[in-house]
Amino acid sequence: MTTNILDKGNLVPLQGLGVDKGNFNSPLGVGGRLGGYVSTRNSCKLCAPLGASLVFKGIEGCVPLIHGSQGCATYIRRYMISHYKEPVDIASSNFSEESTIYGGSRNFITGINNIIKQYKPKVIGIASTCLSETIGEDIPGHIHNYKEENANTGAKLPTFIHASTPSYCGSHAEGFHNTVLATIKTLAEYENVRNEITILPGMVSPADIRYMKELLEDFGIKYTLFPDYSETLDNEYTAEYQLIPTGGTTVHDIQRIGNSKATIEFGASFNKSFTRLKDKSSVQTAGEWLESKYYIRNYQMPLPIGIEASDKFMEALKTISGKELPEHHRKERGRLVDAYIDAHKYVFGKKALLYGEEDFVTAMADWCKEIGVEPFYIKGADFETLKEKANEFQPDFLLGNSKGYYIARERKIPLVRVGFPIHDRFGANRMLHLGYRGTQELFDRVVNALIEYKQENSPIGYKYL
Amino acid sequence: MIEGHKIDETNFNPPLGVGGILLDERQKQVSVAGANERTIDCNKASVAGSVSQRACVFCGSRVVLYPISDALHLIHGPIGCAAYTWDIRGSLSSGPELHRLSFSTDLQERDVIFGGEKKLYQAALELINAHKPKAAFIYSTCIVGVIGDDVERACRMLEDETGIPVIAVEAPGFQGSKKDGYKVACESIFKLVGRVNNPIPAKSINILGDFNLAGELWILLEYYKKMGVHVNATITGDGRVEAISNAHNAALNVVQCSGSMNYLAKLMKDEYNIPSMRVSYFGIEDMSDALYDVARFFKDDDMMNKAREMVKEEISRMMPALAWYKERLTGKKAAIYVGGAFKAISLVKALRLIGVQTVIVGSQTGTPEDYELIKKLCDEGTIIVDDSNPVELSHFVKEKQADIFIGGVKERPIAHKIGLGFCDHNHERKEPLAGYEGMINFAKEIYATAMSPVWKFTKTTDPLTP
Repeated sequence: MTTNILDKGNLVPLQGLGVDKGNFNSPLGVGGRLGGYVSTRNSCKLCAPLGASLVFKGIEGCVPLIHGSQGCATYIRRYMISHYKEPVDIASSNFSEESTIYGGSRNFITGINNIIKQYKPKVIGIASTCLSETIGEDIPGHIHNYKEENANTGAKLPTFIHASTPSYCGSHAEGFHNTVLATIKTLAEYENVRNEITILPGMVSPADIRYMKELLEDFGIKYTLFPDYSETLDNEYTAEYQLIPTGGTTVHDIQRIGNSKATIEFGASFNKSFTRLKDKSSVQTAGEWLESKYYIRNYQMPLPIGIEASDKFMEALKTISGKELPEHHRKERGRLVDAYIDAHKYVFGKKALLYGEEDFVTAMADWCKEIGVEPFYIKGADFETLKEKANEFQPDFLLGNSKGYYIARERKIPLVRVGFPIHDRFGANRMLHLGYRGTQELFDRVVNALIEYKQENSPIGYKYL
Repeated sequence: MIEGHKIDETNFNPPLGVGGILLDERQKQVSVAGANERTIDCNKASVAGSVSQRACVFCGSRVVLYPISDALHLIHGPIGCAAYTWDIRGSLSSGPELHRLSFSTDLQERDVIFGGEKKLYQAALELINAHKPKAAFIYSTCIVGVIGDDVERACRMLEDETGIPVIAVEAPGFQGSKKDGYKVACESIFKLVGRVNNPIPAKSINILGDFNLAGELWILLEYYKKMGVHVNATITGDGRVEAISNAHNAALNVVQCSGSMNYLAKLMKDEYNIPSMRVSYFGIEDMSDALYDVARFFKDDDMMNKAREMVKEEISRMMPALAWYKERLTGKKAAIYVGGAFKAISLVKALRLIGVQTVIVGSQTGTPEDYELIKKLCDEGTIIVDDSNPVELSHFVKEKQADIFIGGVKERPIAHKIGLGFCDHNHERKEPLAGYEGMINFAKEIYATAMSPVWKFTKTTDPLTP
């Protein structure tokens, strides 16, 4: 079924799989959802407040507050802790029946007071939930009132950032991008254009963020990277419990984003699925907003996974900096090409089943094609649908987060773990995906997974390839 | 006794009190064994902004009902609640594994505006038709009541249509804490009880409150079998709808994890006059008492003799190993923070068996009686805490110089970040910790974490740092 192969033409509706415009997005499943089901079975997506919390963890001195029931914060903490293996403190306004009926302003105030008392944060990042959005909580109003009431106390209040992240709109990925946008809208100011850039890498790993910073420094580019959770969610052993872990993009730096001469943002779909019924057309990415508000040139490009995508990114850096690719990065590219050559036949013609955040999957899919692997992906599908469709695809391996493990196990094929979440292995925060170096790591892992699979399933044990 | 680091009335308040790390609202939720006569003020909602380790009502109901493996569990709401509870507990099943799938109505904005009842009906119907479950649980999350969906009505229609019990689990997250969710789960289970009447032996028990984590239930079944006790329904570990529906025919409810299951025992007592007893399967003492108590209940000498023999055999088999661990672990200090307080009590005793002293005991959902028991059981100076949070816990373990932390997934990074060994005593564990062999596993794990050579890098300063 050649129509399964992913390209721009068929990424959205997969013709021939029983999915077309007529039944694709219909919520009540007039013709059924993907796979013919009204229900979501083993969801691939998480909810928007998780994405928001991740962004808030990337701001220096920030404590996230989820405005809703206590479970939201606890579940999201647990989910993130299992991936990052780091403390993840997220406060909740702990809605009760009373707050659901009469409004959550009292819980909001108590929550903020207690966070300030316990954590002394520089920033409090507030994400809404399905509950607070449905009962019509006015969070900007709560913030305004709180500031006003505390104006004369002389206490220095933290900076407040609010992102609207109802769980019934989009997924954690949209929650992430929306919060990046909300934060920049809240803080970014313009004084005068400086010779600096803003980089918005999206939902990548702490190792990816560290790599980006190293690369930009090697290019000699002054930058603000946001959100930077490379340290807050992958910290060294600290001996003392840091109430708020060190690291993160500072408020000062986010404010200065308005002065940047360019923005680089990675992604393809961003928060575009976060469509509220009333204003579908007005969804902007942070880069697009900066361009429209402050006329900052926006370099929008896919996540730099693979040589072609990384080249495009490096080209942009060359243009911005006026400098050539630093030598040791050039050599990384060279070694990657060398590795592609050495191992090309182990991957050629193999079929990979992909899943995860759309920005990540489209980048991975392009990389697969670059090395001769056929990628398969169904937009918006849940794991059970993927599992059923895998009978038609007959993938050789899975490329995605750890939640697809059960499909790989059932099919007795390898799963190469990438992205978020990875709950069943160590080192997720040290996993690199981006640039020549990240691609090299990915390539080695994919090649070795396939070689190992062949060796394990061989009737004779062999010692050479 | 703790030397050199004793906390009493004179030094208890400064670090913990006003201006310290304890929030004003939480002052009464912390106590110290011996020195401080304060009664723990538990059973209350978590304070807003406190980063409680607890979850919500939905979570409480979900984790208790989750192991019923031939039932369909459909979560009605936006996607998060279903996604975060997919395959969340290591509850093993000897048969069907329908419980390991995560089903959601995945409500979208238009459903929130126009109502999600029709979608729920369609979703449940298609899933029941596809998976042929023995019953279905439909969980209502936060917004379901707010948007006005009549889940009860949908369940009645589904029950008429499919002929299986379809039970509405009314669990909006904001209606209390995790503990209230336990009650909701008990009510839901109770709706199944009494639906069938299958003949069972007279000396039959139901096991309540074991969730068959890492196959722990199967260890217990083996013990009871050796004693000649018939186990009727297991609620909910390796649980089946039919056995639960027949649970009212058992002679006795044996309740572990009393925080979650006492209410079901009460409902069954009121309706079917089934007596219940509270037990714990952790540690030698409590495990043995659980077996003896059952034999005593049936007034059966043969059963008691078999139990004694088995206990004797098990203990003589494991004593040399435990002595070996005790010799090496004596002097180590442990902090416990777990979901249920009754489990904490067993842990204190089990740790004592291997020479480890407990210096902090806390739980998310303990009752005043539990905390009084803990106070009496623990050494003077032990900190006792209800519904704690990372700020407090990290402070307490430093204060008491604990070597090992026993808790769940959210406590692990707290312990590790401050250089403390950690033992997972929660839902995801892969090694059984219940029963006699569980005690050995427990000792092994405590030993592994207390004795790992890696701690030498956390105790000394980095030689390369100027």
